[in-house]
Amino acid sequence: MGQHIITLYDWLAKLSNSDLIAVIVVAVLPLIFLVVYALVAILGELKISAFIQERLGPMRTGPWGIIQPVAEVVKLLQKEDITPEPANKTLFNLAPFLMFTAAYAGFAVIPFSSHFVPAGINLGLFYIFAIGSLAVIGIVMGGWASNNKYSLLGALRSVSQIVSYEIPAAIVILTVVVLANSMNLQVINEKQSGWFWNWFVFGGPGSAWKILVIPFTVVMMLLYLVASLAETNRTPFDIPEGESELVAGYHTEYSGMKFAMFFFAEYANMFIVAALVTILFFGGWNSPFGSFMSGPFWGVFWFIIKSFFFVFVQIWLRWTLPRLRVDQLMGVSWKFMVPIAFVCFFAVGIWVMFM
Amino acid sequence: MGELKKVDFEYSQLNSERMRLNVGPQHPSTHGVLRLEVELDGEIVTEVVPHIGYLHRCFEKHCENMTYPQVIPYVDRMDYICSMNNELPYVMGVEKMLGIEVPEKVEYIRVIFSELNRIANHQIAIATFGLDAGAFTPFLYLFRDREFILTIFEKASGGRLLYNYFWVGGLAHDVHPTFKEDIRWIVKRVKETNKEIADLLLYNKIFIERTANVGILPADVAINYGCSGPVARGSGLPFDLRKDAPYSIYDRFDFNVVTGRGEVGTVGDCWDRNIVRFHEIEESCRIIEQALEQMPDEGDVREKLPKKIRPPQGEIYSKAENPKGELGFYIVSNGKDKPERVKGRGTSFVNLSVLPEISKGYLFADLIMILGSIDIVLGEVDR
Repeated sequence: MGQHIITLYDWLAKLSNSDLIAVIVVAVLPLIFLVVYALVAILGELKISAFIQERLGPMRTGPWGIIQPVAEVVKLLQKEDITPEPANKTLFNLAPFLMFTAAYAGFAVIPFSSHFVPAGINLGLFYIFAIGSLAVIGIVMGGWASNNKYSLLGALRSVSQIVSYEIPAAIVILTVVVLANSMNLQVINEKQSGWFWNWFVFGGPGSAWKILVIPFTVVMMLLYLVASLAETNRTPFDIPEGESELVAGYHTEYSGMKFAMFFFAEYANMFIVAALVTILFFGGWNSPFGSFMSGPFWGVFWFIIKSFFFVFVQIWLRWTLPRLRVDQLMGVSWKFMVPIAFVCFFAVGIWVMFM
Repeated sequence: MGELKKVDFEYSQLNSERMRLNVGPQHPSTHGVLRLEVELDGEIVTEVVPHIGYLHRCFEKHCENMTYPQVIPYVDRMDYICSMNNELPYVMGVEKMLGIEVPEKVEYIRVIFSELNRIANHQIAIATFGLDAGAFTPFLYLFRDREFILTIFEKASGGRLLYNYFWVGGLAHDVHPTFKEDIRWIVKRVKETNKEIADLLLYNKIFIERTANVGILPADVAINYGCSGPVARGSGLPFDLRKDAPYSIYDRFDFNVVTGRGEVGTVGDCWDRNIVRFHEIEESCRIIEQALEQMPDEGDVREKLPKKIRPPQGEIYSKAENPKGELGFYIVSNGKDKPERVKGRGTSFVNLSVLPEISKGYLFADLIMILGSIDIVLGEVDR
């Protein structure tokens, strides 16, 4: 992170003369954001699906149904917390919390604004990628410990899916690292400052010759979007929880708050991948119009607006497309996405070398 | 340190355990209370055993204790998705035994309602098939249109699902005054939705990937198992009772028998069975349009209703083209007001029997799609 910027953490530490308060505030802020975001996203999912399907969606709880997500969370809290008799109790109870921890830990390095990133570590991109894979362990734990054949099948599918799709996603991320010359998410954002044509989806800052590299970066952005859908288990890649075959996949046996945790983790993951697309390709907290509406506070606004757009895209796709079959899913990853990603990586590498 | 022991084995000799999975009776995609005992090798289906009988309601035994008109509501409950089509072969059989000629207007209304119910049934079939593939939105689009058809049925008979509308010798009530306009509007609407569904679901790349070349049913196997309806026609057999053994007034209309052509895959795959239903909706629309043109406005639909229904001793097999295939009733009369025996040839039951044959060797996800493409209703499988 740039040394000249006074971050929220520094400012708080200076104000209260104590690192502890600053640490707590900086750690809790994403959690508060996450809770509010989850409620908004649940309502968004309900309302957007209703709009797509010519329904009204929830209309009774509060005006225009806006309290519906709260009602749903309350409902889940009230439900009986069932642990099946033949389940492995420790793993079964641990799995949803591990899932959520992994999702929440991902928020540690997300730069919400030029002055606020919970942990500005230099390997931010690497870290977020690694911690995202931790969710796999939660899924396997849940699926295995449930002692249910549907759960086990769902967990196995999920693991193979996430592992396969991490490869094209990793190559795409590496390409951005090549372009930005850094793994620090804050630096990646700073590199894209200025007008929107400086975003990495448009080849990053540079001369007009970057028109040569724009096709590759656009393809890469699309590849990452598709891979991220697979990593969050959303349609068309929601095979692990493919309702028509596996009932509910790895969380078939979960009820009440533990189910809510899985649900929460899924929405948190949706935001993380949307945020990553925003950071890597769409300038993160940068204003699209140069210095117009830019600054630390506008940064939060731009970042959230852009991320929410990609959350919307995920919801939109979910309610439009059917789902793929498990072997076709692997085929898409290994036969198409990985080779295309390699070609794009190569092209961008050459371009960076000569420019 | 002991010496490394050389172990002789071949990969082909390594036995992996197969998993027995119980699908249903409470499973989102078994279309009711069907239980499938599936043996899986990894994800590949090696054996399927359908277990039926969870919805058995003793239809045939009930019929022996009911008078002829009282059987009609039970017939409704066999294939509850298309009750009008179920009533038709039954009332036609009893009418034939009694020697009743029904008025022209009744015949036209029966054909129009049968075809409307065929549209409604195929809409559900395509919708739930899409739902099995994970497409939720087309499902709701089709159900939205089905509601309009059900509203017409409600105006005519009072019921939205179970009608008791076709009576022996006529109809329960006459149709409402705006009948023709309402149906013309619905037919237009159905055609519009069909275009939408073709774009959104049927020609979607993912959907084609999921359904083409899956669950291939060759024509000879279809004949051997006695399949009929879209399941047989999807395999390329142009078998349609409306054309091959015309009943009622179907010989007066111009329509095509749609068969599967292997447009995106092999003839007789899941996609073919589904596209047959899709095109049959269009053919049904054509029949309805012609029937509305020809239908006489005058006439009493209740004038031929017999006071006493007491067919002479004898037996009859009456069949008609249900949306799902050949639905037949074998009625034995002993000259009393109650039938001696009524046997129903359940279309879904016969079509379901082909499932173990065509689903072996496919993935578990494909099994669900194959089951969806056969389009069964458990009310008719179990009766």
